Amino acid sequence: MRTSKWRWAGVGVVVAMGLTACAQSSTPQDSTTSASVAAPEPVTLNLVAFAVPKAANNAIQALWAKTPEGAGVTWVESYGASGDQSRAVESGLKADYVHFSLEGDVTRLVKAGLVADDWNKGPHAGIVSSSVVVFAVRPGNPKHIDSWDDLIKDGVQIVTPNPGSSGSARWNILAAWGSVIAEGGSEDDAAAYTTALFKNIVALPGSGRDATTAFLAGTGDVLLSYENEAILAKQQGEDLDYVIPDTTLRIDNPGAVLKGANPKAQQWLDFLYTPDAQAEFAKLGFRPVIDGVKVGNVEGANDPANPFPVPKKLLNINDDFGGWSAANPKFFDPDNGIITKIQVATGKSS
Amino acid sequence: MTLGATRVAGSSVKGERATARSTLTKGSGLALGVSVLWLSILVLIPLGAVVIAARGGGWHGFWSTLTNPQTAAAITLTLGQAALVTVLNVFLGTIIAWVLVRDSFPGKRIVEIVIDVPFALPTIVAGLVLLGLYGPRSPIDVNVANTRSAVFLAFAFVTLPFVVRTVQPVLQELDIDAEQAAYSLGASGRQTLLRVILPALAPAIAAGAALSFARAVSEYGSLVLISGNLALRTEVTSVRILTYIENGQTGQAAVVATLLLVVAFLVIAALDVVQRRVARRG
Repeated sequence: MRTSKWRWAGVGVVVAMGLTACAQSSTPQDSTTSASVAAPEPVTLNLVAFAVPKAANNAIQALWAKTPEGAGVTWVESYGASGDQSRAVESGLKADYVHFSLEGDVTRLVKAGLVADDWNKGPHAGIVSSSVVVFAVRPGNPKHIDSWDDLIKDGVQIVTPNPGSSGSARWNILAAWGSVIAEGGSEDDAAAYTTALFKNIVALPGSGRDATTAFLAGTGDVLLSYENEAILAKQQGEDLDYVIPDTTLRIDNPGAVLKGANPKAQQWLDFLYTPDAQAEFAKLGFRPVIDGVKVGNVEGANDPANPFPVPKKLLNINDDFGGWSAANPKFFDPDNGIITKIQVATGKSS
Repeated sequence: MTLGATRVAGSSVKGERATARSTLTKGSGLALGVSVLWLSILVLIPLGAVVIAARGGGWHGFWSTLTNPQTAAAITLTLGQAALVTVLNVFLGTIIAWVLVRDSFPGKRIVEIVIDVPFALPTIVAGLVLLGLYGPRSPIDVNVANTRSAVFLAFAFVTLPFVVRTVQPVLQELDIDAEQAAYSLGASGRQTLLRVILPALAPAIAAGAALSFARAVSEYGSLVLISGNLALRTEVTSVRILTYIENGQTGQAAVVATLLLVVAFLVIAALDVVQRRVARRG
């Protein structure tokens, strides 16, 4: 009797292990395609991206479908948080083309051997959409928050996504840091400023979208956000204004084709650099990454006719911070990053 | 869950120890096999993988992760608030179950349904609702957003049903005759409660408490909007784990997860011991 019990239990464990082994060797994602649209050459492309540009991607797909290259392509799409999406692709989610909110999420795939080393060596450095860091404020800007200095005044409550758990939140913090350096400040000055900034931060929600939600629910006086996020919120009728500070950081969202992807994926990526495609991004509040794009009226922008004014000083991650590969460990290492330490120091003092 | 099911079902068998004496027929042997298989796929193997991943950095890595000030603060906050909420649930959950079973009042059916809402609501929606009600734009002027109270509140919200739902069926089955007999034999209300009712309910209360503690420790969704995730103040462990993952440090993430697993295991085991003690006292 005793043996029979253990035998059955043993069988259970062995079968379970067998099953996990099977699971590892097969691809986790079943591509459930809506089969065959009658077309010249049915091709399915898998797109994995962060959530914000979904509407623009879909509009561009419709445009592309009208071209000879894009005709007959069906899409299997997956949208979610950038880091999560990147990790999903790393661990087997099928993708031909990826669009993420920051470079590190593509770099992860380069390290995993899924994206070619030279993905960012082209004329556009792998960047398909762009934005800038802005301050979202209450309607009418009652606290007169117009500059980085205004943020650290007494009584100003700041909301910004958590730079620890959200990769794209790091644009905001680096913009703050860079604004001091751009004025000729030293690293110590920048650290002092950022410390003052963190003292005024009242919430660090999990992601950019969570931060917007918390802000719209009444948290804080100012939300550090992205121009496209602010424009989108206004398009959706939310009650906020936004201010582009004189010095700000350009946000670059990379796109890349995976190794072994269908050749159509590269044609899609090329199509993204056409004025028509970039105009679709612009409608959603993203700044075009090429010249000569006819940006019409962008609803939700401060001035819809001139939606993307050039800031007095526009920083970028490569020239001002030595790229993400240098900035990430320096600022955001969970143990020794400059920003991590500032977070801990300000957490203690309050 | 197993704790809840077995204890609740066997609650009248006071003090009987679960011995390993095998009484398996072929049919129940098969059932055991299926159980072990299912448990292995869903629980044992994934948890084993977490523990193995945590061993990557050795003892030193383990220790340095847990003593990181931000991580240590998050762990203390999470376990502390989870324990407080569990204590609260033990009392309030039992009272609510009592009211629902023993009393009849208008709107009882509605309360029955409302109790389960935290189960059904996606946690991010729960967070949004809590932020609307108890945040800066609170209609009742209670603002706990971005404070530790917000963590407590969110934990309390998502764990509310556990004790109610484990205690309720046991209370329904409980013989009122036993209570009446106790009274007629001259027992005071207090004695009846402690000697007759509580021992019968103890297994169910313990099961509910274990579930609610475990649930609170792992909570994330309802917190991301209302707790503020401020380092050393309102940041919980699931946010720390996410931070490690975002930085590609899955080993450290696994260390924190392993600690939570061990604590949850110890708490559940401790509750089981307490529950047996109380049940035997009856």
